[in-house]
Amino acid sequence: MRQDIVIIGGGPAGLAAALAAKEAGAKQILIVERDKELGGILNQCIHNGFGLHTFQEELTGPEYAARYIEKVEREKIPFLPETIVIDIGEGENGEKEVTAMNKERGLFVIYTAAVILAMGCRERPRGALNIPGFRPAGIYSAGTAQRYVNIEGRMPGREIVILGSGDIGLIMARRMTLEGAKVKAVAELMPYSGGLKRNIVQCLDDFGIPLKLSHTVVDIKGKKRVEGVTLAQVDENKKPIAGTEEFIACDTLLLSCGLLPENELSLNLGISLNPATSGPYVNESFETNISGVFACGNVLHVHDLVDYVSEEAAAAGKHAAAYVKEAAGNRPLEPEAEKGTAADGTLKKTISYREETPVVLEAAAGVRYTVPSTLHLSRIEDVQLIRFRVDDVYRDVFLKVYFNDTPVLSQKKRVLAPGEMEQVRFKKEQIAAFPRLEKITLRIEKEAG
Amino acid sequence: MDRLEYDVVVIGAGVSGSAVARELAKKTRRIAVLERESDVCEGTSKANSGIVHAGFDAQPDTLKAKLNVQGAKMMKTLSKELDFSYKQNGSIVVSFEEDGREQLQELYERGRQNGVEGLQILSGDEVRALEPALSDEVKAALYAKTGGIVCPFGLNIALAENAAVNGVDFYLNTEVVKIEREQGGYRILTREREFWAKVVVNAAGVHADTLHNMVSGRRLHITARRGEYCLMDKKTGGLVGSTIFQLPSANGKGILVTPTVHGNLLVGPTAENIGDKEGVNTTADGLARALLVGARSVKELPVRQIITSFAGLRAHEESEDFIIGEAEDAEGFFDVAGMASPGLSAAPAVGVYVANLIQARFPAADRADFIAARKGIPCMAEASREERKRLIAENRTYANVVCRCELVTEGEILNAIHRPLGATTLDGVKRRTRAGMGRCQSGFCAPKVVEILARELHKDIGEITKSGAGSTFLNGYNKETMSASI
Amino acid sequence: MERKEMICINCPLGCILTVEQNETGEVTVSGNTCPRGAEYGRTEATAPKRVLTSTVRIREERGRVVPVKTAAPVPKEKIGACMEALKEVEVALPVQIGDVVLEDAAGTGVCVVVTKGIRG
Repeated sequence: MRQDIVIIGGGPAGLAAALAAKEAGAKQILIVERDKELGGILNQCIHNGFGLHTFQEELTGPEYAARYIEKVEREKIPFLPETIVIDIGEGENGEKEVTAMNKERGLFVIYTAAVILAMGCRERPRGALNIPGFRPAGIYSAGTAQRYVNIEGRMPGREIVILGSGDIGLIMARRMTLEGAKVKAVAELMPYSGGLKRNIVQCLDDFGIPLKLSHTVVDIKGKKRVEGVTLAQVDENKKPIAGTEEFIACDTLLLSCGLLPENELSLNLGISLNPATSGPYVNESFETNISGVFACGNVLHVHDLVDYVSEEAAAAGKHAAAYVKEAAGNRPLEPEAEKGTAADGTLKKTISYREETPVVLEAAAGVRYTVPSTLHLSRIEDVQLIRFRVDDVYRDVFLKVYFNDTPVLSQKKRVLAPGEMEQVRFKKEQIAAFPRLEKITLRIEKEAG
Repeated sequence: MDRLEYDVVVIGAGVSGSAVARELAKKTRRIAVLERESDVCEGTSKANSGIVHAGFDAQPDTLKAKLNVQGAKMMKTLSKELDFSYKQNGSIVVSFEEDGREQLQELYERGRQNGVEGLQILSGDEVRALEPALSDEVKAALYAKTGGIVCPFGLNIALAENAAVNGVDFYLNTEVVKIEREQGGYRILTREREFWAKVVVNAAGVHADTLHNMVSGRRLHITARRGEYCLMDKKTGGLVGSTIFQLPSANGKGILVTPTVHGNLLVGPTAENIGDKEGVNTTADGLARALLVGARSVKELPVRQIITSFAGLRAHEESEDFIIGEAEDAEGFFDVAGMASPGLSAAPAVGVYVANLIQARFPAADRADFIAARKGIPCMAEASREERKRLIAENRTYANVVCRCELVTEGEILNAIHRPLGATTLDGVKRRTRAGMGRCQSGFCAPKVVEILARELHKDIGEITKSGAGSTFLNGYNKETMSASI
Repeated sequence: MERKEMICINCPLGCILTVEQNETGEVTVSGNTCPRGAEYGRTEATAPKRVLTSTVRIREERGRVVPVKTAAPVPKEKIGACMEALKEVEVALPVQIGDVVLEDAAGTGVCVVVTKGIRG
């Protein structure tokens, strides 16, 4: 099987990337999806609040997904359901080799000019949090509970404590309450919530569910099924404070303690990951250090809003299509040709812009990371968007941007929080006009200066 | 109450009980194994270091020394015969003090007396050449190339399965509550049934003293010694190739850092005597201690890569040795008790040793139809491309990936469910196939595995458990207990 | 005079709003930074509404549900009654996005609609 672009993952990122790539002229696009249907995690996110930016209305997750799925079906972009990619490798002639498995075709290889990584993320499990106690049934990630309640109509438990105030946890607090469970507390290790404010109000406050900031679970009781958890307050170093322990009887502990991009395939391929995001470093084209491999959505960095995922993925799709065009020397790849039989399969090894030394984006003083992390000047957008997150809650500060060492922007920010993704835009002319630009630095500073 | 009669009843389907049952099955006997839990390998056997000790640690002329060395020697052949994961990766005991050499020398001598081959004492630099990740603090080390690692579940399950194939009846969810001596044998009462057997083998782990004391006046006293561990991501399994011990202290062999046969990195165990014989909970202090002590062995312990932690209980008997043999005042009652470390390493030899003791006292004829070999569950994750293709060609379910972290397919899970002594719980599937043992710790695959278990066992998913009665995952349907208080 | 404090949810600022309502029903909002905050405070204090999302059963099929939502926001105090009403609802497959599964949920005048197309 030979393709122009293989997109790994049919969630919101994969769908938007596929549509944009098609629109930009890519011919052979294939979405590989591990589930039975497209839409990814949106299928179980039945709450509303999606699409305000993209469609100017509040949709539920399945409705948001449906808008993209319908277009993908209309464009006749094929997808392989219930298929797992087990390896991505670099072929001999500049091609990528995507090894996948499914029941219908068994083990097979897809040869492709470009790959878009859109595998999303997973939830941090109990083990990674190293919570002491027994290991009974009744401990779920919030997402697993969400799947049970929203897709299978089953209740994971009746008396619930939630650790972590990430959005999925907050949403599940409301959801389980509405279905008749008693959510006894939401404990958050940090002194602030990791979730959106609207979710605190509408999911916890509306139902009188206590949010215990600077608290964590220090023990889990129950040999077969959870019988209760012990919460304790933590100090500024996040260590439990002796004497603050409180036992709460419950049959279920839900964990909503952060999301981790799924980059096992990327690592095997030799893609360099940013430790701040656990996602790949990408350039302005959302291309990783490996030419022809692009990344977007939560596999790149965890987003707060799906609208931004779609926007970013569309850019990745467009750039991947441009890459294919250049790599194939404007010759469309022979569709469905067997490997080795078509000379057309050979791709150009040098991609013009990759010869350029890119401008480096530096995250400094309070900025945890930026996406992208490099810019090829020849490829930047008319309005180049830079997304970033901060490392703490800041009030009344300034976002400062420096080109080399020259300050070029100082933006007042009333509040910046790690839970919210921030962005800053530059016009192409402004970047291009700066002489010998090597580095763009983002900093959070107290003074306007 | 119906009464089931056997020649031998083995109590406990951990690694010792299963090894004994399999050996006994080589003769013409009617054998039953009674297990309290819903699966085999549910006690001490499931939560330990998975080490095949070379045998230099135990005091010479003890059963521990003898059976450890024998067991370790049998392990490789047995791993081929019964198809479980084993690797001779070598063990290293490190000393952080210059004068630790004396203690290392002692171990060396003890090892030689115990019959351990190929021991070597190395300098700090020599051992770091072998294991570059070792701490610069390491001044000297004992290297035992015959040390190994084994999948503890794989060994236990293989022994049990093979016993079952050879006609041993396994009664799961069967807790012994009372044993009475009856003319020429024992009456064994469980909650549901009554058993009678001429010979009883007591392999009940931390509870072996309770059972022993039901029939013998010579009291045993077993203390549960808890060991806590942290397991790290497969990314880190290559940190060390060998198993790294520190010089032993009064509390056991101390905290080790080792690769597992599946490529994870394991750190632990702590050693703490506790009163609760079901106390397999981890503690903040214990986990911190395991990491703190373990970190000393290597330059950098990748603590951010922890994927899970667990605790196991070693059955520690006051005499410090294994208690194996016929109780002096209870004819036909054989203890396999106090099976603390190196109980796993010794298990194959323990099986033979106990079977011989029983044969000497209660002879039975050889049987010609004993099936010695067992084929394990195919493993897609470790299979070559050709093997994968072949498996899929035979059965399409081998192309349906259920656990993506460990690359476990539906085919493997079906195999685990439908083989002899097949899995009936999520943990059962996990221990047989590794589904859920990866970095996401079953967040992704648990619902899928539950669904497969329900389908194959003709149950509702609400009835499927993590580890037997009382451990269901689900609690009814949406909107069943809604209150008007919203 | 009635007085309520609340956090504005329009943006990350999270202004703490004070909403006061006098005897004649006149509402004043303070503590807001922008007009959207004032609007939020007014609605939230006088007639808070929410879109309710939930699921309904599929006829003769346990272990699968269809996601639904109220087609418009409903008064907050009616959410419990709406959930109660949804308890009785069963749908037959296939369903399309927008299919009405319940008219006039709990007397709110708002209907409940399907949010995911599911084939039979």
